[in-house]
Amino acid sequence: MEILLTGGRLVDPANGIDGPCDLRIVDGLVAEVGEGLAARGATVREVPAGTIVCPGLIDMHVHLREPGQEHKETIASGVAAAVAGGFTAVACMPNTEPVNDHAGITQLIVARAQEAGLARVYPIGAVSRGSKGELLAELGELKAAGCVAVSDDGRPVATALLMRRALEYASVFGMPVIDHCEDPTLKGDGVAHEGFHASRLGLRGLPAAAEEIMVERDIVLAGLTGGAVHIAHMSARGSLRAVRAGKARGIRVTAEVTPHHFALTDERLEGYDTNVKMNPPLREEADRAAMVEGIADGSVDVIATDHAPHHYDEKNVEFDRAPFGIVGLETAVPLVLDRLVHPGTITLARAVELLSVNPARILGVAGGSLSAGAPADITILAPDLETTVDPARFRSKSRNTPFGGWRLKGGVAATIVGGVVKYVNPDVVGADALKW
Amino acid sequence: MPVVMDGDRMARTLARMAHEIVERNRSLEDVAFVGVRTRGVPIARRLAEHVEKIAGVAAPVGILDITLYRDDLSRHAVGPQPLVRRTDIPFSIDGRRILLVDDVLYTGRTVRAALDALVDFGRPRAIQLVVLVDRGHRELPIKADYVGKNLPTAPAESVQVRLSEIDGVDEVAIEGGEAA
Amino acid sequence: MTATATALAGRHLLGIADLTADEIGLILDTAEAMKEVAERPIKKVPALRGKTVINLFYEPSTRTRTSFEVAEKRLSADTLNIAVATSSVVKGETLIDTVLNLEAMHPDMIVLRHASSGAGHLLSKVCRARIINAGDGMHEHPTQALLDAFTIRERKGRLAGLKVAIIGDLLHSRVLRSNVLLLSKMGADVWACAPPTLIPRGLERLGAHVTTSVDEAVRGADVVMMLRIQLERMEGNFFPSLREYFNVFGMTPERVALAREDAIIMHPGPMNRGVEIASEVADGPRSVILDQVTNGVAVRMAVLYLLAGGGDGD
Repeated sequence: MEILLTGGRLVDPANGIDGPCDLRIVDGLVAEVGEGLAARGATVREVPAGTIVCPGLIDMHVHLREPGQEHKETIASGVAAAVAGGFTAVACMPNTEPVNDHAGITQLIVARAQEAGLARVYPIGAVSRGSKGELLAELGELKAAGCVAVSDDGRPVATALLMRRALEYASVFGMPVIDHCEDPTLKGDGVAHEGFHASRLGLRGLPAAAEEIMVERDIVLAGLTGGAVHIAHMSARGSLRAVRAGKARGIRVTAEVTPHHFALTDERLEGYDTNVKMNPPLREEADRAAMVEGIADGSVDVIATDHAPHHYDEKNVEFDRAPFGIVGLETAVPLVLDRLVHPGTITLARAVELLSVNPARILGVAGGSLSAGAPADITILAPDLETTVDPARFRSKSRNTPFGGWRLKGGVAATIVGGVVKYVNPDVVGADALKW
Repeated sequence: MPVVMDGDRMARTLARMAHEIVERNRSLEDVAFVGVRTRGVPIARRLAEHVEKIAGVAAPVGILDITLYRDDLSRHAVGPQPLVRRTDIPFSIDGRRILLVDDVLYTGRTVRAALDALVDFGRPRAIQLVVLVDRGHRELPIKADYVGKNLPTAPAESVQVRLSEIDGVDEVAIEGGEAA
Repeated sequence: MTATATALAGRHLLGIADLTADEIGLILDTAEAMKEVAERPIKKVPALRGKTVINLFYEPSTRTRTSFEVAEKRLSADTLNIAVATSSVVKGETLIDTVLNLEAMHPDMIVLRHASSGAGHLLSKVCRARIINAGDGMHEHPTQALLDAFTIRERKGRLAGLKVAIIGDLLHSRVLRSNVLLLSKMGADVWACAPPTLIPRGLERLGAHVTTSVDEAVRGADVVMMLRIQLERMEGNFFPSLREYFNVFGMTPERVALAREDAIIMHPGPMNRGVEIASEVADGPRSVILDQVTNGVAVRMAVLYLLAGGGDGD
């Protein structure tokens, strides 16, 4: 089966391409890209006017909740949300029940993802058994079963000693250690960013310093061991300072920022909406502005959603009793386009780096480019699409988003995984033509 | 809007009412005035002054706010609560003859509320009702003992009593209800 | 009488933050009238006859609950006290489910005390009944601040221009937050004082001068308000010992002497004598601590009365 995608602007920063370009897909792989390619028997599909053809987006930080918390999300519903959000692949965190600290669980996740047959799913294994922060999990077995990185996400890698050993040991298998940075002794039982708004609302504070201290620790240990550390959901300006300094010293440190941390601040706490309760918490404006700056200047490597579905009942409680986290897969692309690309903060090519090229590189997985021979994982963006975030339309099982009702410019036209169209946005004029 | 009672007329009316009060109450030693907020209060004060001039007895004057006794409080479907102001009755009403003073007697509901309020302060020997204007249209079986002026009105009209202490002028006017 | 407002705009009383200075004035003026009711032989008026008020308390509080209950009874409301043991809540039904069940009995108002900040906000989104916040976590305790303001106004004749020193556990105190909001809205000069470990970040933005020096806070003050130290969780964590706390931050006669000669001493209770306040001060001639309790009933009557109207804020 041969498809020729024509009429689009192709943005493939890995190959330095940004312009009108056709793309031929043969047997699920990218066969060639170039201007004015001949049909030569291929089925010709014209992409909708004004859309962008780019390498498939990869969300390297999601919680799919399966096994164990299927009332929040399943692998099937999670990958449906992923392709609807323009993601051809996701990396899922191990804080399931039981924790993904064992090859058997990794295999289950891989099998479920294959059954679902939508986005690719790359499991992330636990650093420690049960993510308890005591004994190392069997990282080699996890790698062999399909894990692409390790993390105790939801909590930090508990001790400096464990982090050191994890960095040393994971490097054998080429896996980064992804850390949820937060000093547990300093964070106390906080529920919101320690600052004016939390003080006014009487919410216990999570100081930015709790994150910054552990980011510094991890960078020092990455320097000591030569291992690769990836800072999950960075939110504090002091963390960014540490990452910049670490990179300048040649330490293998990378960092991600979520859309909510570049789009929102702790001002949103007013009213006690539990859909603005997440960890790390929404920080103050200086932190938000710093995250945007880091995204623009390259200090931040990745935009990842920390997609954290929770059931309505779990969120419909007192603020301090509600679980942390919001869903993000189906709002990330509109937020990146509306808040970062359209205002001119970053180019489309930079957005593709943050959402595709860099996550693929950090995790060591396929994708991130449209080179000949690469899997035909393609996202077609509709940057000028006017969208209104409607949680009722989410494919995710959960609706816990603070962005409901937001009007944003930019969306997804279609998502193609392995040369197969997995999602077409009915709101994009002409997108129907992409179905094959 | 027709002014039905000017300042002179009001002064004469109040003087006449004070004489009636003195005539009907042989002993004034146990008499006290209680004015219903807002305009019953200055009227009560003026009557007390007249009574003192006529009979040489200074009867005390209390202030009664009947808001908390209104019978429409729990029935409001919409609208804010009426303002509550301070009641000030600085004497015991037990065993006294109370002259309850208001500006206008209309449906009788204000007087009903005032009677309920008064009995919460004690057990007066008697309560007599004093009004400057009786405009009719009673909804409760209530009758004034002293009336300054009977004023036939239409329900759509409103009777405005203005007093110099509050409004800068002494007069009674009928307003609204052109059809009448 | 200072207020020009004639009604409260909101349906609920969730916090001082939602009130204008005029609305605060209206509540205080109405409370003056209510205070007179307590001086009558029959301390009861029929204003809320037929209204049902539920006192829903998720935290034990004899003082506040009793004060609300007396206020409700003096207004002739039908009252229902529900004390929920927090331990059973952990396993049991959610706050929303509990309240929706109570709502099915058509209460007109719910007085809520809860350990979670914002609990009243949560209920206000689902309830038809008016919610009166009787203390939510570390957030607000609006009727306490209103009764404090009433007491100050009664003694000083005004709020504007007064120097008010608030000293104690600022970090965990909903009384502090409500008082700073109220007093700064009414033009008072508010000074908040505590050890640095007990000062919430950004308190200045709420409208208070912040200091760690008791002397600086108290010097020239018209009002000295002490806040309770929660003994259980304080010692060894937020300061080394209760003894040291009293020595550095406790209100002693010597420190009171720095305040104006006619300064009044306040405490929302319950007091820890010898920890945040010396008994000589608590029981001294400047103490208005028991006036606060008396005034609490009048202020709560005013709030109940004003919220019972049909005026809809939304």
